[in-house]
Amino acid sequence: MSRPLMQHLEVPVPDGEGERYSLRMGPQHPATHGVLRVDLELDGETILACMPQVGYLHRGIEKLAESRTYAQGLILTDRLDYIAAMANNVGYCVAVERLLSISVPLRAKYIRTMVAEMSRICSHLLWLATHALDIGAMTVFLYCFREREILLDLFEELCGARLTFSYPRIGGVRQDVTAGFISELQRFLDIFPSKMEEYETLIDTNRIWLKRTVGVGKVTGEEALALGLTGACLRGSGIDYDIRKHQPYDAYGLVDFEVPLGRDGDIYARYRCRMEELHQSARIIQQCIDQLPPGPIVGPDAPDLVMPAKASPRIAAGATTYGAGLIKLIRDRGPYLAGDIYVATEVPKGELGFYFISDGSSRPYRMHIRSPSFIHIGAMAAIAKGGLVADLIANIGSLDIVLGESDR
Amino acid sequence: MEILLLIVWIVILFTVVMLHVAYATYFERKIIGHMQVRLGPMRVGWHGLLQPIADGVKSFFKEDIIPENADRPTFLAAPIICLVAMMSSLAVLPFAKGWVLADIDIGLLFVFAMSSLASYGVVLAGWSSNSKYSFLGGMRSMAQVISYEISMGLSLVGVMLLAGSLNLSAIVEAQGDRFLGMYLLPQCLGFFVFFISMLAETNRVPFDLPEAETELVSGYCTEYSGMRYAIFFMAEYIGMMVMASIGTLCFLGGWHGPFPVPFFPPLWFVLKVYLFMFIFIWIRATLPRYRYDQLMDLGWKMLIPLALANIVLTACLKAILT
Repeated sequence: MSRPLMQHLEVPVPDGEGERYSLRMGPQHPATHGVLRVDLELDGETILACMPQVGYLHRGIEKLAESRTYAQGLILTDRLDYIAAMANNVGYCVAVERLLSISVPLRAKYIRTMVAEMSRICSHLLWLATHALDIGAMTVFLYCFREREILLDLFEELCGARLTFSYPRIGGVRQDVTAGFISELQRFLDIFPSKMEEYETLIDTNRIWLKRTVGVGKVTGEEALALGLTGACLRGSGIDYDIRKHQPYDAYGLVDFEVPLGRDGDIYARYRCRMEELHQSARIIQQCIDQLPPGPIVGPDAPDLVMPAKASPRIAAGATTYGAGLIKLIRDRGPYLAGDIYVATEVPKGELGFYFISDGSSRPYRMHIRSPSFIHIGAMAAIAKGGLVADLIANIGSLDIVLGESDR
Repeated sequence: MEILLLIVWIVILFTVVMLHVAYATYFERKIIGHMQVRLGPMRVGWHGLLQPIADGVKSFFKEDIIPENADRPTFLAAPIICLVAMMSSLAVLPFAKGWVLADIDIGLLFVFAMSSLASYGVVLAGWSSNSKYSFLGGMRSMAQVISYEISMGLSLVGVMLLAGSLNLSAIVEAQGDRFLGMYLLPQCLGFFVFFISMLAETNRVPFDLPEAETELVSGYCTEYSGMRYAIFFMAEYIGMMVMASIGTLCFLGGWHGPFPVPFFPPLWFVLKVYLFMFIFIWIRATLPRYRYDQLMDLGWKMLIPLALANIVLTACLKAILT
């Protein structure tokens, strides 16, 4: 029919005369969550081989970061996993702070933990919405969007943006939270458990949902480790690995939460893991609200990495206008330590790592992003093989990938 | 003269049904909208009441794209086969006492035949589009219709046994004037099987595999556009209405209600059909989708044995009681 897509792959021919054909699923397809292309070798509806193709959304973010100062690089991370931009921002800031040995005041740490967990709820709600839609449950989609909307409104109140926040800053956060924000967030936390119950009533005990997810897309713990899965995909297979717990950053060491684990490693286990994580995230946010200490929101030893207030004497001394002063500040940074560092944080999708090589200048010599989505897409071929097309769709949803992060 | 009169009746029926189809889409969008905490169509007319008309006009004026590699005659014929088959089953449905175009003795069988024929349209559409997604949709549809046609046919055998006829009017009459005489009570097992098969037969959630949006884009009608797509859509809705009517006639006592209404005989019939439609929509808003092999399992391993058991049970009971 058409040119075989995967000449380089050895695709097993099933017994009998089963007629094989290839199907390019995507990059424009309702269920590939962006611009993922999956080349499939099919026998009827059974997948003989599956080869995901990425790169349709490549923007060269890692290269762009090399020509920007550390502070300027922050906005690039908004464009990684745009579903949970706040978590990426936090991850980037944590990494740069460790690289440059910048301390963060406690209040900022709590605020960052809070917004990162809000971001996790946003991301998991969107995952649940699209995952359910992929499997055919349409109403859950809109229910999840309803609650996500509240959080996006809160983000908007906090920093003026709903999608690309750039709210955390190296050494702190940009603005302090207001009392109104806290009370609105508290109101969200009060209704959230009942909303969770609503989703769970709709899908959790639904026979069709169970049939579609239990025992499908199984990954054992060893396989998951070998494939490099992280986040809920790894914990669904029973491996206890959560960076928030095991290498705490920000205020995660100061709050109490559990790491939910699955057992079977199937789609249902991953689903349950993420649902439990939603509860835990709400718990963390609640503790952040309760424990939020007073104090500054920007550390003292990083004054020139955050945007100074307009009246800052350093600006006035250096330049005639505000803008020129900023540019001067960015150029005039003192020498930093040279060296390299890999810092991983737990974003909603899994382990997001930033690897920096610093040559002592104000710009990273090299930045590499270890994005969970990219590695999860790589695992798709192994997970989907032998299943049906419908299972592939369920698996894509279950791996929770975002192409903005994978292609960078 | 008689033929002329018949043609007039056909035109009236066609118009009324088309209007119902148009507003069934509105009904569906509104109900699903409210179930999903949104409003549904609101812009065209008061509360979006003119939305179906606007949709009709839109699809009529849209560009009609025929893929270059499509099998042209089949591609053009497929939607028409679907619509014609679905429309012709309307001819044997009695909407009230004596309100039927063709009161034939094999009415029920005729409806089955026509709904099977309509699946040819789907299969041909999938094949002739020369697209892999359409092809998979067509194949799924074929498998689904073959297995569920059997269980649906078997589920109605109990009704045929009780009524002693295949004539739909006779089946309704056999259920008697009393509201509680309807076959839903003695044939609850049959009704259960029928209801599930009916969902599968009309490609509704949770059995909407042939057009599973997130898997096959739009299944068999992926390559169709404009009015041709709308024809598939209409055929699907007429199919829903026909199946709802069969359910009403065979299990819910047709036009008989708890009390008679003198001014509009088919009132109870219409209400019961819309009750079915509502349940269709409710299910769509609630359930996820089955997988292809699970659908086959359900059909062959559960529904067909159940339907057979129902037949045996009904036949034994009838033999004992008479």
